[in-house]
Amino acid sequence: MSHGPATEWEKEKSEGYKTKLGLFMFAAYTVIYFSFIFICVLSPRTMALDVGSLNVAIVYGFGLIALAIVLALVYNYLISRREKLDRGSDSKGGKK
Amino acid sequence: MNYRAEPLAIAIFIFFVIAVLGLSYFFARRSKSASGYYAAGGKIHWGVNGIAFAGDYLSAASFLGIAGMIAVAGYDGFLYSIGYLAGWIVALFVVAEPLKRLGKYTFADAIDAKFKKRGIVLAAAISTLIVSSFYLIPQMVGAGSLVTPLLGLPFEAGVAIVGFVVIIIVATAGMTSTTWVQFIKGGLLVIFSLVLVIMILSRGISTTPELYHDFKTIGVASLTGSNISLKDDSYKVVKLIQAGSNTFVKLSKDNVETLWKLNKSKNVLEETQTITHTSSGKVLYNGAPKEAGKFYLVGHLADIEGNPEVQTGSTDPFTFIETIKEGTVVRWGKQVISDGGDSITVYYQMPTAGRDVLIPGLKFKIDPARGATPLDRVNFISLMIALFLGTAALPHILIRYYTVPTPAYARKSTIVAVAAIGLFYLLTLYLGLGAMTGGSLDITNENMSAPLLAKSFGLGIFAVITAIAFATILGTVSGLIVAASGAVANDLMHKFLKIQMSDKAMVFAGRTTAIIVGIIAMILGVLFKSMNVSFLVGWAFAIAASANLPAIFAIIFWKKATHQGIAASIIAGLVSSLILILLSQDMFTNVYHLYNVQAPNPIGQPAIISVPVSFITLVVVSLLTQKSAVSAAEPVLGKGVAKVPEAD
Repeated sequence: MSHGPATEWEKEKSEGYKTKLGLFMFAAYTVIYFSFIFICVLSPRTMALDVGSLNVAIVYGFGLIALAIVLALVYNYLISRREKLDRGSDSKGGKK
Repeated sequence: MNYRAEPLAIAIFIFFVIAVLGLSYFFARRSKSASGYYAAGGKIHWGVNGIAFAGDYLSAASFLGIAGMIAVAGYDGFLYSIGYLAGWIVALFVVAEPLKRLGKYTFADAIDAKFKKRGIVLAAAISTLIVSSFYLIPQMVGAGSLVTPLLGLPFEAGVAIVGFVVIIIVATAGMTSTTWVQFIKGGLLVIFSLVLVIMILSRGISTTPELYHDFKTIGVASLTGSNISLKDDSYKVVKLIQAGSNTFVKLSKDNVETLWKLNKSKNVLEETQTITHTSSGKVLYNGAPKEAGKFYLVGHLADIEGNPEVQTGSTDPFTFIETIKEGTVVRWGKQVISDGGDSITVYYQMPTAGRDVLIPGLKFKIDPARGATPLDRVNFISLMIALFLGTAALPHILIRYYTVPTPAYARKSTIVAVAAIGLFYLLTLYLGLGAMTGGSLDITNENMSAPLLAKSFGLGIFAVITAIAFATILGTVSGLIVAASGAVANDLMHKFLKIQMSDKAMVFAGRTTAIIVGIIAMILGVLFKSMNVSFLVGWAFAIAASANLPAIFAIIFWKKATHQGIAASIIAGLVSSLILILLSQDMFTNVYHLYNVQAPNPIGQPAIISVPVSFITLVVVSLLTQKSAVSAAEPVLGKGVAKVPEAD
């Protein structure tokens, strides 16, 4: 039985775009995540400051979870739109 | 706590087990090929796969562990929720699509796709087995711990039930039935957690919750040296016991002896709870046998804005948190003291400002003003690094990318997973705080907080939550056993040892391995009975991040990576993280039981050292072996995307 990827490879035009967008979003989230950790460690009392009726810790923590969900949806929207555009240009090219 | 088995909980549990076994029988015919067995034929719909991801990922540590930790230590438990969810960002933005393009059945398939070298396969397979074991043991321990109080069965019976059910799930229908078990469990977990949180908010907060035992205080008339007299003459002072900074007073009333904590600032004695191991071998709960039911659930607010009697009624999510912030939460401390030949574990009240409960620092030492050392803070950073980087490197999570048809579907299913898991982790704060303030906390077993919270709303929701908690373990253990079975049958037997196998033989090897791994998991579960569950899960993340993630990054992004460099980085990450764990103070104290012995490694969380070690090894060895790697393939980026059939 042979192994390795079982399927044929097809060049994907949007790959570079996906990689750049993924790395950009990853880097942005990483900065925000580690900022949270460093505030916890370097200035723990900052976490107790009031933000409206809540505090920095709750707002930042909820924000990190909500941001992950929002970024995931934005990422999928942008990538899907790009894939659709690529498929459109492929089919136009095929008709020529 | 003295738990009674509830017939409704048992009935729903049995129904669930029968349903799961029926599902496995139904899917068995679809799992006769290797692709069907190891990757569910690669035809799972991305939406189903996304929820199954949630079912796979949200283990006992998430559902029982985080809720319990929040109930005991407030915001610090929520840090796990933040870290566990943040890890999915790495999985989505960096790993999902490239890994799908590379692999077939296992993590080793993907790592080895470029080079086809046995050294990489061996290293990746060993890594899979070690990470999966570290993840598997706490699940089995969790199963035993859960079944004891919920179904009235001994610990070993819980381990055996999970072991046998999971063996049947995996051995009959492999990844197909595992996927559907995880899908059902993931869906139910998120839905019923939401239901529970709605119930918590509808009930609101009361300073005297329904299940609350009114712990008494006795005024001190005078205190001089070791002489104390009380305002209540019905109690007779037996003796004072000094234990560290705490002073306990043993009182006698109606021939029953109880222990009280002296609160010098308020000049009162506060009622404690005790578990006494007597010299004659008896175990007494608050001075009576367990069955007497004298050991109470705890968890309440002493006051809200200084008012000791408040009942808010239903609240919105923000007001709920604000109310706790403005209140005083009664947390419980623990101290073991000796009294004659008896060993007494004393649980005493520790009123804590709500503001402090809602910031980090009650469990993790991070504030120098509260005595945190630089090492404490390094440990905290290291844990958060492991949670962030570990998720995308867990083999049992990675293999789920092979159950969908295309890289785009891998991405979409990851997004569904992020949404479902993110929602669940938001809910954990309310589950934990609900138990902390709703009289639903068993101070001897914080992992029971979520089920006990459900019980405070009625037996129906308790029975369902119980079944889901059990399903949580089934779903995760199934995924782990599929990953381990693939590592042994596909990676070690077929690819490393070059044992030629037909498609049918591959499935047979996988099934046999699943049975063996399942039996080993049961044995390990019993052996590690007393092990702290959260330690092992945290370490599994650290080992995965150290051993696997640098290799994954290199295979995706770094053209100069060589097979020697990748194999060396996996081994370096594994060995360094394991050495740091095995030589840590946690292991010395909690596993080796070497009390008062200084461990050589002061850092309990290894990721901050072992992840860089793995990356450096990867770069150095790859650069040193460039000549012998002239045939190194291109990184996966630029390789394109596989053409595959449409999903179901």
